Amino acid sequence: MPVAVSEPAGPAVGHRLLSGPPFTAGYERIDDHERRLGPRPPGNAELIGRLERSGLSGRGGAWFPTSRKWAAVRQASQGRAVVVINGSEGEPLSSKDRTLLLYRPHLVFDGALLAAEALGATDVILYLSRAQRGADRPIEQAIAERVGPARPELPIRIVKTAHRYIAGEATALVNRLSGGPSKPRFSLYRTAERGVDDRPTLVQNAETLAHVAMIARYGSDWFRKLGTQGAPGSTLMTLCGNVRRPGVYEVNLGVPLGKVLQAAGGTFTPPAGALIGGYFGSWVPGAALAGLPVEPNLLRDQYHAALGCGIVAVLPQDGCGIVESTRILSYLAAESAAQCGPCVNGLNALAETMERVSASQPKPGDIENVVRWIGMVRNRGACHHPDGAVGQLASALEAFRDHLSDHLYGRRCRGTESQGFPSPPLPGDRWR
Amino acid sequence: MSQARKLLVNPTQCDGYGFCAEIVPELITLDDWGFPIVDSRPISDDGVIGLAKRAVATCPRLALLLEEAEPKQA
Repeated sequence: MPVAVSEPAGPAVGHRLLSGPPFTAGYERIDDHERRLGPRPPGNAELIGRLERSGLSGRGGAWFPTSRKWAAVRQASQGRAVVVINGSEGEPLSSKDRTLLLYRPHLVFDGALLAAEALGATDVILYLSRAQRGADRPIEQAIAERVGPARPELPIRIVKTAHRYIAGEATALVNRLSGGPSKPRFSLYRTAERGVDDRPTLVQNAETLAHVAMIARYGSDWFRKLGTQGAPGSTLMTLCGNVRRPGVYEVNLGVPLGKVLQAAGGTFTPPAGALIGGYFGSWVPGAALAGLPVEPNLLRDQYHAALGCGIVAVLPQDGCGIVESTRILSYLAAESAAQCGPCVNGLNALAETMERVSASQPKPGDIENVVRWIGMVRNRGACHHPDGAVGQLASALEAFRDHLSDHLYGRRCRGTESQGFPSPPLPGDRWR
Repeated sequence: MSQARKLLVNPTQCDGYGFCAEIVPELITLDDWGFPIVDSRPISDDGVIGLAKRAVATCPRLALLLEEAEPKQA
């Protein structure tokens, strides 16, 4: 009988994936993990039906139904599929996947091995970015714990790549794992059919696999006890910027963002707004934050926003969304793989123009060009990098449209001096 | 019965020569930087199909494709 997982008292911040020993104890060893949650059940076709009933969808950012991905890989598999744990987490503001891999690695590995068994895979790869040198030791130790006659499982192999924003995009990941650079590629085939070395491939975000490990143990009804009808369960979020206790939180889907901010100790100053969902996400003005539903479908339908990979980056009171959005845009332009004309030309032109607007020194026609180019680059790349980048910019222009006129009429904006919002990192210089 | 077809550009292959937009302006226009904006809806007109085929054959980068019009899924 599996150990009951404690449910939170108030329906705000959950404790499923992040329950167990405190993080100060390091990663949870395999024995402790199995004592707490029970042994991993076997993976089989029945699990796919169970995932479908659970309503689990991908936590990498796209919220694609997990069971549909699995069914597609299983259909193509012929016993030679590849399962990839996507732990690359190229989003500079996100640390949820690394948190899971560093403290609850066996939850993630359970999910990957369940997938391998259910889909008839011969290889399980953990895809990591080379962000923190030497910081992967606990992950390597956790993998080593699973090797031995007591556990007849497929071995988990680590492959690392340069830390780039789009290195974790499914086709970039496939390209890298097939021996190329971690740049997206154009293909007429789905990754499920032809992925790594042209083999059927499941690419699944680390957190999604951790949820799979729980659903396999406790069932779909249990999973649905939290969350909404359309987006069941809990999800990991990374809070940063203007919050008192930044970090990774496990949140019940559907709760208002105000409750999540409360759990993080509140904000230092009344927020001017926030970026939801990461660098491909959407800006929301400060007044809307408290009531914002943490639920991908409601965000999409009511706010034209996306939950993405669960980032909430809160602007301080003196921060400016136009300034921060432009910084992010410039970073994303530099992070383009430079393979597609609309992305290279469009993002560079937009960044250059927005930098003038951001500095309150626009030239005539600048904002008209920006609006036109936003429409022009959408849906024209091999991947969604340009779409995400311009979506982020468009949402800032909309959320802060009253303040935008200060920039357009050359009035000084003090937001350039604000310190409370995390700056984008320097762009990478390698692709392997 | 012939399958409906649609034009598609491989944006990683395209270098913006722009010949395609000259040949089949019905389906392809150029953006501010000379790269093609392709109408990827199914083509119904036989004459336009002929032009689309010529545009595909003329592309020096072999970046233009005429595909069966079924939606690609995730």
